[in-house]
Amino acid sequence: MGKTLAEKIWAEHVVSSTAGEPDLLYIDLHLIHEVTSPQAFDGLRLADRKVRRPDLTIATEDHNVPTLNIDKPIADPVSKLQVDTLRKNCAEFGVRIHSLGDVEQGIVHVVGPQLGITQPGMTIVCGDSHTSTHGAFGALAFGIGTSEVEHVLATQTLPLIRPKTMAINVDGNLKPGVTSKDIILAVIAKIGTGGGQGYVLEYRGSAIRALSMEARMTICNMSIEAGARAGLIAPDQTTFDYVKGKPHAPSGADWDLALAYWRTLVTDNDATFDKEIYLNADDLAPFVTWGTNPGQGLPLSESVPNPADFTNPEDRGAAERALEYMDLKPGTPLKSIKVDTVFLGSCTNGRIEDLRSAAEVIKGKKIASSLRLLVVPGSARVRLQAESEGLDKVFLDAGAEWRSAGCSMCLGMNPDQLKPGERAASTSNRNFEGRQGKGGRTHLVSPLVAAATALKGTLSSPADL
Amino acid sequence: MEKFIKHSGTAVPLRRSNVDTDQIIPAVYLKRITKSGFEDGLFAAWRNDPAFELNQPQYKSATILVAGPDFGTGSSREHAVWALQNYGFKVVLSSRFADIFRGNSQKAGLLTVILPQDEIEKIWLEIESKPETTITVDLDSKTVSYAGTTIAFAIDDYTRWRLMEGLDDIGLTFTKIDQVSNFEEKRASFKPKTLPIR
Repeated sequence: MGKTLAEKIWAEHVVSSTAGEPDLLYIDLHLIHEVTSPQAFDGLRLADRKVRRPDLTIATEDHNVPTLNIDKPIADPVSKLQVDTLRKNCAEFGVRIHSLGDVEQGIVHVVGPQLGITQPGMTIVCGDSHTSTHGAFGALAFGIGTSEVEHVLATQTLPLIRPKTMAINVDGNLKPGVTSKDIILAVIAKIGTGGGQGYVLEYRGSAIRALSMEARMTICNMSIEAGARAGLIAPDQTTFDYVKGKPHAPSGADWDLALAYWRTLVTDNDATFDKEIYLNADDLAPFVTWGTNPGQGLPLSESVPNPADFTNPEDRGAAERALEYMDLKPGTPLKSIKVDTVFLGSCTNGRIEDLRSAAEVIKGKKIASSLRLLVVPGSARVRLQAESEGLDKVFLDAGAEWRSAGCSMCLGMNPDQLKPGERAASTSNRNFEGRQGKGGRTHLVSPLVAAATALKGTLSSPADL
Repeated sequence: MEKFIKHSGTAVPLRRSNVDTDQIIPAVYLKRITKSGFEDGLFAAWRNDPAFELNQPQYKSATILVAGPDFGTGSSREHAVWALQNYGFKVVLSSRFADIFRGNSQKAGLLTVILPQDEIEKIWLEIESKPETTITVDLDSKTVSYAGTTIAFAIDDYTRWRLMEGLDDIGLTFTKIDQVSNFEEKRASFKPKTLPIR
C-alpha cells in the first residue's frame, strides 16, 4: 500500500524504532528565538552538554523586540534581559543568530523560507507553535516546548509518536477577494479547534495547487489553530521555483539531486488517510472571527450568532463567554462592527505578498480617522523589499504606521498592544482573550479585509468599498 | 524529573472549554529566563475576578485541576506547564488536551489524564458540592478515584514508565547516540546547513 506524504517524510527520518516506544526522529533544522530557549540552554549547561549540530540551528529575535527605535537599547529591562540571554547563549554554544538591526532579522517563520533553509522533505522544529508554516514546502514542521528544544539542541533528535493523517481537500476556484486566509479560517470553523488533534493535515486539491508559496504558508501556519501540530502541502513547481536561488538552496549537482528527491514527495495514489475533509473553494467568502477562538468564525456577510442556536452545550457556553468578552450582541451584522486598530503583520500574513495586496486596496486613499493601522513587516528583508516597491509610502500616505520587523501585536509581548476594550481587525492567527493586549478584542481577517476595514472603519472587504 | 506514582489531593473545577495557553499564562509573563516564578501569571486575567474558581477559599489548596475539553490549545509555551506546577498543581484532568501542551506536560512531570467528558461532569458536581473531596490519581494502577468511585484511564506504557521512574528523556536518547551518528553519516549532501553563513 502507498504512503502519504507525511508518512514518507517520517520514515526518512527515523533514527531508531522500537515496539512500544516513540520513534526517535532526526531533526534537519532547529529554529530558535528568545522566549522558549533560555531554560533549554540552562539545561545544557547544568548537564554539561553541547549543541550537537550548531550547523543545523539558527536563531533570530522576534517575539519580544520593539518595532520602533530599533537602533536604541530595548527599553523594557525584562525583554532586554531575555534578548541579551539569547545572544549570550548563541555566542557560547556557537549558534548563528540574526539580532535586531541585522538585515536577516525577523519572525523566525519568515526568515527560514527567505534564507532557503526551509526545503521540501525536511523535519523542522522550533519552540513556537506556528512552525507548521514551513509545511507549505512539503516539510514536516511543528512546534515544540522548551524541554524538547533542549532535547533537540543536545541530540538533534526527538522521540515522537507517529501522528495520524488527515487530508483537507480544497477544489475549485477562489472568487476575487477571497484568499488563503479565508480557506484556513473556513477549515478551522468546520473542524473546530480540536479537530486536528493527533493529526498531520495535508492540504490538497486544485485550489491549493493554484496558490503561491506565501499563500500556502498562511494556510499551513494556522494548522495549529485546528489543533494539528503540523500541516503539509506537497511540493511542486511553485515550490521549486520559490526555493531556487535562495542563499541556502542547493546548487549545481546538489540541486539536481535535491529536485529528484523532492519530486518523490507526494502522497501515493493508493495511500489512505485516517480522515478526509472536503471544501469547495467556489463556496468560500471573506471570513472573519466573532469570538475568542479561531474556530468561532463566519463569512463577513453574516451576523453575530446567537449562542442559543448552538446545540452542543460546550459550544454554547464558549459562545456566551466569547460574546460577553467581545462585547457583541447576537444578530449584529459583522460588517457593522467598528474597530479601533488594524494590525497587518505576523508569521501568518506579514510577507511581501500580504503587504502588496493590502497596499493595492489602500493606495491613494486615507484610513478612517477613527482608527490606527499598524503595518509590521515579517522580516527586515520584507521591509526593505516593500520600501523598494514604494509600499511604505502607500501606507504612510494613507495615515498608517510603518514599523520594523517582529511578532509585534500578534501576541503583544513588545510595546505594540491593544488597550483594554480596544477592538482590532488583525491578520494574525489568534483571537484569544487578551492575546493582543489585556482586555483587547480581536477579529481575525485576511490582509484584504484588513485593508478595506482600515479605510471604512468597520469590518469590510474590498468589495464593500 | 520528579517521579510520579500516585497523588492525592483536593481539586478545583474549571468549567470552560478551549482554555488556551494564552489564558493559562499570558505572553507578558513569558519574559523570565528561569522555570520558576510563573505562579503569579497563572490565569492572570481571570485571577482579577473574585468569583474565579482559583480565588475561592474552598479551592485554595487544590492540587488537581479538573478542566473542560481542549485544554492547553494554542501556543507551544511550556511556561503554561511550569505556571501550573509553580502554583502547586500536580495533575490536570480533561476530556481533551491539545497535543503540544500534553507533550510538554509529560516532559515536565505534570500528569495530564484524559477522562470521558461525562466523568469530568460527575467530578465537577462532586467537588462543587463537596470541595473537600480527596481525589487520588494512581499512575501505577492507571485509575482516578474519589468518594467510592474508581475510573480507569489510558496512557501509553512508555510515557507511564518514564513518569513513574522520573527519567530524563535526553539521557534516554543518549543511550542511542551511536545510532544518531550513523544516521548522520547517511544524510543527503543537499540538505541545507545554517553554517557557514551564505
